[in-house]
Amino acid sequence: MKESVRISFSSAVVLVLFTLVFTGLMAATYQATKPLLDASAQAEKLKLINEILPPASYDNDLLADAVELPLLKELGATGATKLYRARKAGEPVALVLEAAAPDGYAGRIGLVLAMTADGRVTAVRVTGHKETPGLGDYIDPKKDKNKASPWIAQFNGQGYDLALGGRWKVTKDGGEFAYRTGATISARAVANASGKAVIWAAENRAKLFALPAGASLEEVEK
Amino acid sequence: MSFHGEIVKNGLWNQNPVLGQMLGLCSLLAISTSTVNAVSLGIATIMVMGMSNLIISSLRSFIPYEIRIPVFILIIAALVTVVDLSFNAWLHDLYLVLGIFIPLIVVNCIVLARVEAFAAKNPVGVSVLDGLWMGIGFVWVIGLLGAIREFVGQGTILSGIEMVIPGSHGIQVLPDDYPGFLLAMLPPGAFFVLGLMIAGRNWLDARANERAKAQLVRHTQTQS
Repeated sequence: MKESVRISFSSAVVLVLFTLVFTGLMAATYQATKPLLDASAQAEKLKLINEILPPASYDNDLLADAVELPLLKELGATGATKLYRARKAGEPVALVLEAAAPDGYAGRIGLVLAMTADGRVTAVRVTGHKETPGLGDYIDPKKDKNKASPWIAQFNGQGYDLALGGRWKVTKDGGEFAYRTGATISARAVANASGKAVIWAAENRAKLFALPAGASLEEVEK
Repeated sequence: MSFHGEIVKNGLWNQNPVLGQMLGLCSLLAISTSTVNAVSLGIATIMVMGMSNLIISSLRSFIPYEIRIPVFILIIAALVTVVDLSFNAWLHDLYLVLGIFIPLIVVNCIVLARVEAFAAKNPVGVSVLDGLWMGIGFVWVIGLLGAIREFVGQGTILSGIEMVIPGSHGIQVLPDDYPGFLLAMLPPGAFFVLGLMIAGRNWLDARANERAKAQLVRHTQTQS
């Protein structure tokens, strides 16, 4: 009996020691890499934004000129999101906002889109999705087999009047946008979610550009 | 055959982690939708297996036998976290390709199996070799599985290669209007293809046995 207690005790001590050493190793690595990770996360965000909004079209620090958005069902959000504002020489150029489609074929589809001050969408991109590989994933231009004119490029340059007129939909639903046979749901989800976001952003753009940087839309409305 | 030759042969064929030991099937089936994805996961696995075998075989005399499994899991999990963070920070371009696969390796039972079956009982040098060759055995199987599924499912070869080598692009083998074969892209398709591959290996082994036996018989006949 005593022997078994001794073995249990020494095993416990060894396990605690191993846990401490390896937790320490992980904590040290985390601390050493954190500044680099934060910097590359920012760079990645900017790279994605540069894909939908030409970097030459604005001259402000886009990521710093942000507005906090409360949970908005127009954007399909599940929590607070951020909206970025592009300006050139102080004049409003474009809004960059995130939206989500809750009704993808396999869960939510995250989107980011940019809209110019006169209500034109420059481009839409998919930031995250779980659509079937090789079937519904053409909504992401990286996976789209048609590299010359990817499916998602149809949204480039479309005005918000299209959405107001109820035509910001796939052709099957009576709208303007093509879809690929066999994977309508993915295309429909992206079209509907971006259409809703476009209407919301177009209707609120004056208010959104007027907010001070770092402000929250919610506080101002109260 | 030398001990090293034995390790190489075990990793690639005899005790191949997938075809022989049938380990790590969860990540294998999930990730092998294309060659590029499959080989990327395989390369990340080789690195983690080499490192976990290295660390555990060098610490093997300090690990009490009774609690070896929790200690192994602790070490593997910590190691994968460190590899994940270091890749993200210092090899960011490679991380963008391999990154999503690295956390998956923690749940890959090949790593724990080789640590338990080999690294915990053998010196450091051969343990690292075992980890590397078992990893390479995993890569060729998952790579082939990915290639078959990609070809049948989408009619392409090496699609997504531009993520690894910028400027290159995959090849569309079947005509552009190939409708795709969805089953091959879904998990059941992975089971079918893997089943065929295991059957193929068993058939080759059975044929080799048959021949060896026939040779032995001939040999004894000529002697008598």
